[in-house]
Amino acid sequence: MEPIRTIRSRTVVMARTNIDTDQIMPARFLRTTTREGLGQHLFADWRYDALGNPIADFVLNTPEAAGCQVLVAGHNFACGSSREHAPWGLYDYGFRAVISTEIADIFRSNSLKNGLLPIIVDEATHAALIAAPGTEVTIDLERSTLDIPGVGAVAFVIEAFARYCLLNGVDETGYLLAQSRAIDAYEQRAFA
Amino acid sequence: MSALTLFEKLWRAHEVVAETPETPAVLYIDLHLIHEVTSPQAFSMLRSRGIGVRRRERTFATMDHSTPTDRAQLFGAVPIRMESAAHQIHELERNCADFQVELLGLKHARRGIVHIIGPELGLTQPGKTIVCGDSHTSTHGAFGALAFGIGTTEVGHVLATQCLLQRKPKTLGVEVEGPLPAGVTAKDLVLAIIHTLGVGGGTGHVLEYLGPTIRALSMDERMTVCNMSIEAGAKAGLIAPDETTYEFLQGRERAPSGAALERALESWRQLPTDAGARFDRTLSIDASRLAPMITYGTNPGMSVAVTGTVPVRLDDRVHTKALEYMGLTAGQPILGQPIEYAFLGSCTNGRLSDLRAAAGLLKGRKVARGVTFLVVPGSQEIKREAEAEGLDRVFIEAGADWRESGCSMCLGMNGDLVTKGAYCVSTSNRNFEGRQGVGARTLLASPITATASAIAGRIADPRELMN
Repeated sequence: MEPIRTIRSRTVVMARTNIDTDQIMPARFLRTTTREGLGQHLFADWRYDALGNPIADFVLNTPEAAGCQVLVAGHNFACGSSREHAPWGLYDYGFRAVISTEIADIFRSNSLKNGLLPIIVDEATHAALIAAPGTEVTIDLERSTLDIPGVGAVAFVIEAFARYCLLNGVDETGYLLAQSRAIDAYEQRAFA
Repeated sequence: MSALTLFEKLWRAHEVVAETPETPAVLYIDLHLIHEVTSPQAFSMLRSRGIGVRRRERTFATMDHSTPTDRAQLFGAVPIRMESAAHQIHELERNCADFQVELLGLKHARRGIVHIIGPELGLTQPGKTIVCGDSHTSTHGAFGALAFGIGTTEVGHVLATQCLLQRKPKTLGVEVEGPLPAGVTAKDLVLAIIHTLGVGGGTGHVLEYLGPTIRALSMDERMTVCNMSIEAGAKAGLIAPDETTYEFLQGRERAPSGAALERALESWRQLPTDAGARFDRTLSIDASRLAPMITYGTNPGMSVAVTGTVPVRLDDRVHTKALEYMGLTAGQPILGQPIEYAFLGSCTNGRLSDLRAAAGLLKGRKVARGVTFLVVPGSQEIKREAEAEGLDRVFIEAGADWRESGCSMCLGMNGDLVTKGAYCVSTSNRNFEGRQGVGARTLLASPITATASAIAGRIADPRELMN
């Protein structure tokens, strides 16, 4: 995986709370057997009408959203299904970070394995971001700060090991495979 | 030694490497369940790295999400209508053959929803760690197993190493007291718990359900409760094993027997939370005050008593948007709302006891004109058992549609869909926008509330049909 250091982008705001992974990637798109190309189905039922035409007032269809890499979402983002197709779709579409006051556990874990930063901020920071769509923010992963013009640098917490892997392009599968001696020893101990 | 919770005991017993501030724990996984939707990309990863499955005997596959519930398609009299579903099914067959993973395939007599057949076969046992690329893996926690849903990258991790990298979650003790009133089921209890906690209220926590009401539940009911733990955002749901658990496992084909069972029982009896053990948070629920519950909105936390009204929340835009989607008005009674569909099934409520309860209400009655009542057993074994008892006749004679097992209309991946704008009282677990089809309006409820509503053609209180 490509190392990630900083992300500098304007924000797209989706203020709704409890946006679930069925909205991010509806179930009918899970019949794929690869992870490619899911960006076209991202938020499909909010983004397109029954004929497949873009719905003009949905935020991702507005000209301002083009090229944005940071999604600011309402409280408890990505609850529900464990489908990794949700972060695959967000990443494929072009997002590199999601900011909310709360992000569901499985999605957070899935995102970190796919180069999509799940960033949890306090209510006040969140409110400032929600109120100002299109703000150009800078995410510095090494310092774990989110820089917002007019607000300043806000620290965020990201799980230390995932952060290390993202910064250095280390893949977790490789790390786990390298634990094989410890796993052998556990199996001997537990199943003797 | 200090007093420990069930969760703490399960966690400690599976630590291959303990966590540090810099690195998560390496946690050993005893049982890895696999299905067709979330595994193909994980097998691709194994292929691209040129590695195999570390513990094939701890890996177990079936197919349930994309599989047809129509007999002709399932057993090959006609081709599977949806090409992408057929492809996904064949891909799992190929992956299991190539990597020598045991598969209960499409036509297998013991196939079913992964969270139904794990317990049914006795694979699900107290003290185990169990994962699956599916959020409703929390179901297996009903046996005192630490069970949780994972993503596809993690499915790959477990295939390759039988381990996961995990940070230790917090614990939340949910103490339930008071008997469930007549007509109030385990489904109503868990809907009430989710309503109390909120859909994000359990995030970062493992829930343990405790108290006399939980102890009095059957295994089927415990599974319904643990199944929906994820709907409160929880990592997992747990219920300590007891005699009810051991009795359920007795004689199951993959459960231990003889001397192995004696040894297992000895260790299982050590699992329950010790007196004086502390939870990070606690919550108390008085079950005796509950009524049958039903959701009115677009997440499982948005529920009311079936005799209640749709809440009024003037300044809440999310609430307003949910009601707009659902075509409901704040302040209206939920009883009497006309419906077009009812769905009985899913990993939440597709077990034999659910079918029995529904058939008990339906016997001698008819499904209302204009209502499609889809009845989908959770496994082929449950289907056979139900047929042996004549439940299928009750459903068919009442005008319901009796199908082969699978996830079916819970998420409609196999094409079992609710039409746009139609209302469906569903015994499944999610009422998200579009969950049962684009524009579909889902109201989650118990099997008896769904059945009573199917009979009335509108939302009904099952207690009115019970004497």
